[in-house]
Amino acid sequence: MREVAIIGAGMTRFGELWNQSLRQMFVEAAAEALNDAGADRIDSMYVGCMSGGQFTGQEHLGPLMADQFGMAGVASVHVESACASGGVALRQAFIEVASGMSDLVLAVGIEKMTDGADVTNVLATAADQELEVYYGVTFPGLYAMIARAHMQAYGTTEEDLAWVSVKNHRHGAKNEKAQFPSEFTVEQVMSSSMVAEPLRLLHCSPVSDGAAAVLLCPLDQAKDYTDKPVKIVGSSLATGSLALADREDPAFLDSVQKSGEGAYKMAGVGPRDIQVAEVHDCFSIAEICCIEALGFVERGKGGPAAREGFTAIGGCIPVNTSGGLKAKGHPVGATGVAQAIEIFRQLRGEAGARQVENARLGLAQNMGGSGASSVVHIFQGV
Amino acid sequence: MPSPRYTREIPSRYRLEAGRCKGCGKVNYPARLICPSCRGEEIEKLNLSPQGTVITSTVIHVPPADFLMEAPYAMAVVETPEGARFMTQVVDCEPSTVLPGMEVSLEFRLIRKEGKSGILCYGHKAVPVA
Amino acid sequence: MAGIVGYGAYIPRKRIKADEIARQWGKNPETIKRGLLLQEKSVPGFDEDTITISVAAGRSAIARAGIDPQKIGALYIGSESHPYAVKPSGTVAAEALGIGPEVHIADFEFACKAGTEAMFVALGLVEAGRVDYAMGIGADTSQGAPDDALEFSASAGGAAFVFGRDGIVAEVVETYSYTSDTADFWRREGEFYPRHGGRFTGEPAYFKHVLAASRAILEKTGLKAEDFAYAVFHMPNGKFPLSAGKQLGFKKEQLETGWIVPTMGNTYSGSSPTGLAAILDVAKPDDLILITSFGSGAGSDSFVLKATKRLPEVQGLAPTVRSMLDGPRQYMTYGEYAKFREKIIVNE
Repeated sequence: MREVAIIGAGMTRFGELWNQSLRQMFVEAAAEALNDAGADRIDSMYVGCMSGGQFTGQEHLGPLMADQFGMAGVASVHVESACASGGVALRQAFIEVASGMSDLVLAVGIEKMTDGADVTNVLATAADQELEVYYGVTFPGLYAMIARAHMQAYGTTEEDLAWVSVKNHRHGAKNEKAQFPSEFTVEQVMSSSMVAEPLRLLHCSPVSDGAAAVLLCPLDQAKDYTDKPVKIVGSSLATGSLALADREDPAFLDSVQKSGEGAYKMAGVGPRDIQVAEVHDCFSIAEICCIEALGFVERGKGGPAAREGFTAIGGCIPVNTSGGLKAKGHPVGATGVAQAIEIFRQLRGEAGARQVENARLGLAQNMGGSGASSVVHIFQGV
Repeated sequence: MPSPRYTREIPSRYRLEAGRCKGCGKVNYPARLICPSCRGEEIEKLNLSPQGTVITSTVIHVPPADFLMEAPYAMAVVETPEGARFMTQVVDCEPSTVLPGMEVSLEFRLIRKEGKSGILCYGHKAVPVA
Repeated sequence: MAGIVGYGAYIPRKRIKADEIARQWGKNPETIKRGLLLQEKSVPGFDEDTITISVAAGRSAIARAGIDPQKIGALYIGSESHPYAVKPSGTVAAEALGIGPEVHIADFEFACKAGTEAMFVALGLVEAGRVDYAMGIGADTSQGAPDDALEFSASAGGAAFVFGRDGIVAEVVETYSYTSDTADFWRREGEFYPRHGGRFTGEPAYFKHVLAASRAILEKTGLKAEDFAYAVFHMPNGKFPLSAGKQLGFKKEQLETGWIVPTMGNTYSGSSPTGLAAILDVAKPDDLILITSFGSGAGSDSFVLKATKRLPEVQGLAPTVRSMLDGPRQYMTYGEYAKFREKIIVNE
């Protein structure tokens, strides 16, 4: 297996991009990534998108995007793992370069959620149709049940949940690509309207459009493109049971733990070695559960982490310096790649006001559904 | 919900038909072909008792389109005496009173209507035990 | 000798008070309650309909019968509010109850008489020896038009009866049916609410048929009112059944157990059958019971039943009617009621 590096990245702003279609966002992100690397060709491409079909009526995204990019003929395929589609696209790109099959592979995550589709219904297709959606549960509803189980078992409070949102907005206010430039107070979060008890509107990531792209090549060719390549040293994907009812402990995300362990093993590092992380905070409770499953804190101790500053910039392990899904936005299929871009920028010292001092090792964790799939990558500044 | 799919699901939805793995004893609802615990393939059928305990719950305030008029409603993961778990609504009570540990009985109810002209879909919901 | 071997009932837990409906339409609550002798009625949730009520009542009936549901050879549900216009209610209920596939199923309708109609045919099939056990169910979730008298009474609920020859809890001593074409209350295909002939629904319709059937069955059996422990009549409101009972010579004590309409409302095809279930919940061996239903259109079915030694053994095996009327319930505002009864226009 060859060593693999990211040599360029590009992304649209995340938000309600009324003037851009799915394909237009793709082209903007992909072009920026190639420009960033100074490359003018690719060998193949992976397009991560949860559902072009349900959101915009468009399937067969692989060839469509290659064609739109002026590269019809190139190998290109759509990959899907609900909200982890972007992370999976990155992983597939990594595997193709690591295996020696291709040299320049582009991983792009995209999603267009504001074109009039019933977002609640589309997102619910990531849950179990027969066993969960049939009875009227929603995505926030599933995470709300996880939250309640966590609060029951460990004493996590609604304020603990609010602090995750507050922290991430503080970070996101420094990110020019983020959907929300403003910060919120704990009181504002706790008085926002109820979505599914105990989760309120400001505990939930928003509906967003956006695209994000990274270009990969073998590490030993990276110098042709950039002085500051970022090596991918760990990559792991794990699945868990789709239905929440089928999990032994609804308050714990098995797939996140397994994918984390797989990535740590491959990279030869442990959670204590990670200096900056992007974690899948689709809802505040998700960040709490993910930092436990990734070993950043002990199981059950994730609640107070944001409140105590443990996961803020300047804290022990800055989590979601980009603003996370909450403040940056969550165009579902794009998120996994956007997380990788944040770590890429951090490890190159290009994160501006969000920079974590001397960050050399970073982690990105991207999750699908209510935790049915999780993909973790570990990156090292070279 | 297409009719053929709905009809296949009748034994599990109407009669709480589940499957017990002969190898490790795990009960899955609905029954599976392969046991998720031990990968065993010998599964015997059983009907779950119409009762259970709430494991975790929430109250849905922002519902999917089909459930608009019913919100807010409580939903829970319920565990039956056989050890099977499944998710359903908890009704006929104040939704915020549905909390982990609550004892419930399972009643046959209309789960959803497919708009004005589609089929009616039935199943079981939980009701707090008095 | 055939009779009821198991019985059960179900009344939804949601309620609305007559006061609340009167307030909505600017009527004097006391006048309404005095005139109709109604306090409150049951309201079906979004997730309740004739089928779910039949299944709940049917489960209790099977529990009291103590038989394997596979032995039930026929299932009939009588209702004015079958959930589908075309597709039987009985098939859904049968699958949920574990009955079939070797079973005969038909849905019945005859305004409020459809319940006793289903019972009559179930009984007949058992008496004929064609099946060992047959179930007849009366259940409804009928609508009353806004600002109409029927809105105070139209409610939801039902009762199920398993008929057989073994393990009888109430013998059927005699039956009598009296029917004529009388258009006192009807609903045309496609209409949402029914219509009625006002005062024409009283003497020429309800009383004519209820009294004729009851008098005829008394004559046929040679019994007199005082021989009975209990009597129950169709209950479109609180007043009519008490008046019918009085005209037939029954006393208040004989009528009050089955007279559950003041807090249940009129469950149409479930009305007298649920009243009968309330009686069976407390009747003693050898008690004689009269039930006469009424369905607009019009007709009455009468049954004379005699409780057996087995009845007290099964009363406690399933929820009683009183426990459902007096047990945990939730009161609605008119707005919530209108939402549940789909009287509010929504964007489809």
